[in-house]
Amino acid sequence: MKFTGTDTYVATPDLMIAVNAAITLQRPLLIKGEPGTGKTVLAHEVAKALGKDLLEWHIKSTTKAQQGLYEYDAVSRLRDSQLGDERVHDIKNYINKGKLWHAFTADDSPILLIDEVDKADIEFPNDLLQELDRMEFNVYETGETIRAVNRPLVIITSNNEKDLPDAFLRRCFFHYIKFPDKKTMVDIINVHFPDIQNILVREALNLFYDVRDVPGLKKKPSTSELLDWLKLLMVEDMPLDVLRSNDPKTMIPPLHGALLKNEQDVHMLERLAFMNRRENR
Amino acid sequence: MFINFFMTLREHGVPVSLREYLMLMEGMQAGLADHSITDFYYLSRATLVKNESNLDKFDQIFGHCFKGLEAPEAEDLTAEIPEDWLRKMAEKFLTPEEMEKIESAGDWDKLMETLKKRLDEQNERHQGGSKWIGTAGTSPFGAYGYNPEGIRIGQKESRHRRAVKVWDKREFRNLDDNVELGTRNIKVALKRLRNFARQGAAEELDLDDTIQSTAKRGYLDIKMVPERHNAIKVLIFFDIGGSMDPHIKLCEELFSAARSEFKHMEYFYFHNCLYEGVWQDNSRRHQNRMNTYDILHKYPHDYKVIFVGDASMSPYEIVHPGGSVEHWNEESGEVWMKRVLEIYQSAIWLNPIKEAHWDYTHSISLMRQLMNDKMYPLTVNGLESAMKELSRKH
Repeated sequence: MKFTGTDTYVATPDLMIAVNAAITLQRPLLIKGEPGTGKTVLAHEVAKALGKDLLEWHIKSTTKAQQGLYEYDAVSRLRDSQLGDERVHDIKNYINKGKLWHAFTADDSPILLIDEVDKADIEFPNDLLQELDRMEFNVYETGETIRAVNRPLVIITSNNEKDLPDAFLRRCFFHYIKFPDKKTMVDIINVHFPDIQNILVREALNLFYDVRDVPGLKKKPSTSELLDWLKLLMVEDMPLDVLRSNDPKTMIPPLHGALLKNEQDVHMLERLAFMNRRENR
Repeated sequence: MFINFFMTLREHGVPVSLREYLMLMEGMQAGLADHSITDFYYLSRATLVKNESNLDKFDQIFGHCFKGLEAPEAEDLTAEIPEDWLRKMAEKFLTPEEMEKIESAGDWDKLMETLKKRLDEQNERHQGGSKWIGTAGTSPFGAYGYNPEGIRIGQKESRHRRAVKVWDKREFRNLDDNVELGTRNIKVALKRLRNFARQGAAEELDLDDTIQSTAKRGYLDIKMVPERHNAIKVLIFFDIGGSMDPHIKLCEELFSAARSEFKHMEYFYFHNCLYEGVWQDNSRRHQNRMNTYDILHKYPHDYKVIFVGDASMSPYEIVHPGGSVEHWNEESGEVWMKRVLEIYQSAIWLNPIKEAHWDYTHSISLMRQLMNDKMYPLTVNGLESAMKELSRKH
């Protein structure tokens, strides 16, 4: 069982090693990187490549670790008791299984994606330490112990909003997805738009990396933004010479709204273009 | 050899533990890195490094520990170069100062391109000098010399650890701490100051209280509590103008991050040192001055105070009445600083100047003493320790 990328996802050799290590040693894999470099997509692609089910657990600031295990719905039990419902006598009726429970009890070991783990409270990863390490937990209400039949592959993504506790990190493999270089980027584009003209890709990439190199941008455009932009360029059937021209007037790329998401960044590019124009006069 | 590698990592402050080392061994045993040293590098990196700010350190140590394990990447180039060019004739002696001076030729691609061009141009053996391929020079091409981004041609092992390999490329250099301080990083650091409290309208269900109260009364009695908010209150004083001009961008970022992070934030400007007047709008600083006393009276002592400034000025501006460069101040800056610190127990100073340079400016040491050593550099690390200090209970 080895992951080598898929026909819709380009994996660099270091990413492959990290994923395969996590699969072989059955440890969680922590993925970090700039937004838009394909952290969440990785889990989808690994699931597709290995032919496994994917369970997604998206973390919000209010998510508690307990919600991943199970939730005891005391309120509906209370209501049922007032209405004299028969269900009230069995506490199991009020325990809602969480994602981890589903992942542990699935027949074929699935892939569990814990997305944006840093969004949650600081204590969140600590609360999951034992559960992810031993892959078991207790249900206090019924006294059962849920143990993983087949250990699922856990992929965790983080956007670095909070530091994760050391004890948690020690149990994971870590991979930082760095921003792809031009060569990898061409591969990625070919995978997404197989029938795009080479020339368009080349010109667009040059422009894209130029924009990324502009110092002081608040939000540098990322891979996913580049893909959106290319899609737009194709739909609009943008003439090539618009991209290619070295005319400083077009320093601002066409359809820049897909690349720059911050009006200050757009202003800055405009200002730079203006200054360029003056120099060239 | 691996133990040695492990210990070196620890020595240089990469936080690795036994658990991770055993995990690496387990991975080796499972045959995850059988094929090449590059695979081993990737595996050990995924196992041992858990924070991207340590990746660069890891790359350097890896390069140091396993140097010479594999032939240089550019080996296939040797074939095209006549042997005798590369025979070691002499080694140019370079002092560390000289090494510093040698400029790198640019990135990898440019290096390869230049090399090809150089190869076409060059026809005879060459030694020394700083442009042509040969031995013992400072050109990026050739062996036994020094250039930070050199390609090794015909040299047995790395002398300066500078030939560019995967880990030697040091692609993660700019992820190292201390340097990069974007708005996002600042926000993350400021989040440490969060202190939640319940205030406002009751709109969340309090389950525990509901159950208890229902059991007591015998009918469903729903209890609500207000949502939790960040209740931290902050006063920020920014030094502005003069020597602070080079740090404007950094301060802007700090400002916008603090703005969005703290609901109760008040900011004021001062110049060089705090005196009897501050202002909130820098373009009208002389018309709309506020009395510092008013501020001390208005904001209660549970506010946290942050000063942002380089504290670089003439010592007289701190210790003497009338020392201010802008106006005649009746009382010295020292008196005003002490007044503020007496009221607000949690107060820190953030300094955009690098910590290593603090000792060279007398006024910085003075101000640091006044602040009881609670001065922190304006870096990710510094900001985090500062927030830790501020969140301490007094």
